[in-house]
Amino acid sequence: MTAETHGTEPLRERPDWFWYFGIAVGGVVWVLLYRQLIPFSEWATALLPIPRHSHTGEAIAFFLYDVPKVLFLLTLIVFVTGVLRSWFSPEKTRAILSGKREILGYPLASGLGVLTPFCSCSSVPLFIGFVSAGIPLGVTFSFLIAGPMVGPVGLGLLFGLVGWKITAIYLVFGFTIATVSGWIMGRMGLERYLQDWVRELNAGAANGLQEERLTMVDRIKVGLDQVKEILGKVWIWVVIGISIGALIHGYVPEAVMLRIMGGEAWWSVPAAVVVGVPMYTNAAGVIPIVEALLGKGAALGTTLAFMMSVIALSLPEMIILKQVLTLRLIAIFIAVVASGILATGFLFNALL
Amino acid sequence: MKIVKIYGPGCKRCDATEQMVKGAASDLAIDVTIEKITDPREIAMAGVMSTPGIAVDGTLVHAGGLPDKSKLEGWLSA
Repeated sequence: MTAETHGTEPLRERPDWFWYFGIAVGGVVWVLLYRQLIPFSEWATALLPIPRHSHTGEAIAFFLYDVPKVLFLLTLIVFVTGVLRSWFSPEKTRAILSGKREILGYPLASGLGVLTPFCSCSSVPLFIGFVSAGIPLGVTFSFLIAGPMVGPVGLGLLFGLVGWKITAIYLVFGFTIATVSGWIMGRMGLERYLQDWVRELNAGAANGLQEERLTMVDRIKVGLDQVKEILGKVWIWVVIGISIGALIHGYVPEAVMLRIMGGEAWWSVPAAVVVGVPMYTNAAGVIPIVEALLGKGAALGTTLAFMMSVIALSLPEMIILKQVLTLRLIAIFIAVVASGILATGFLFNALL
Repeated sequence: MKIVKIYGPGCKRCDATEQMVKGAASDLAIDVTIEKITDPREIAMAGVMSTPGIAVDGTLVHAGGLPDKSKLEGWLSA
């Protein structure tokens, strides 16, 4: 029994079969509605007094199709992720990582970064919890990079909107960047650039918290709670992202896109990173933009670089980390991760 | 009198947790003093890695996400 916000509802009184049955019905309804999204968007666009193949018609059809589609996909992904992540916790992850040899620690930290539930508001206590328990700084960075960069929400949406090939490429390279960046920073011996009080802190495994035992129904409730929480928070970014995507889809001519973000324009990769870092959104908001960019012929490397820098290097995140890292360390962090992103971008623009 | 500490950087969920603790305490007619701990150093020293965390009379009982109402009542009346 976890996070149930409104105690007045007698939710926990319901029998187990209610939850299993409810999930099964929900799944069927999801599939039935999901299949109606294209007919729905075409029908709704046709109602408007705008020619379907005009710029405005294209933009509106894109918007009307993508908004429900992304929200549907998000609901499914967040639910499944919430249930799966209920088997993991920052405490367990810390215990696993603190016992590992360093070289194994990097890829393991990247993997656990994907699976461990944590929100960016907890990144400071989590960072301190890891470092003070003796987990090497570089390994901790691998974890912190992988978490947002190859999060399940981003991967699921990428799969739903642009297909499995690009999703696989993104997964492999995101994971590699997290692992290698952590390793490089580990080699650099950056402990001296932590804020003083963090270095002196030695919390050890100061943790009196008992592991809660969860039943399957509890895990389902965790998933549902996550859906409520995350969709309530990100829907506005989804709408903004899709609006931008719709404008690109409807109005930006392919020739212009090729000139700005095509494979020939070498400077477009660093430009994509520079534009991406200060953009404050999340995976759910940026992937519809990525979909529209790729649809208009933007080069894959440039688009990947843009997406990775938006998701993995966010300015507000850096400001939160300022509490524990000196500016110099934050600068090194950004430089190392951005180099990995640039390398990925150039590599794919050269290959394809 | 119980002392309840709520650990968190001041996010929305931390405020929601505070409201839940207040509600549960008044339901149970238990006198509580709520302290909100926002200093990252103190949060870390308490062993909290995901916020909000809750400690009742010095014992950490919960970390990460909103607490379950019935469990919360259990911690407060223990």
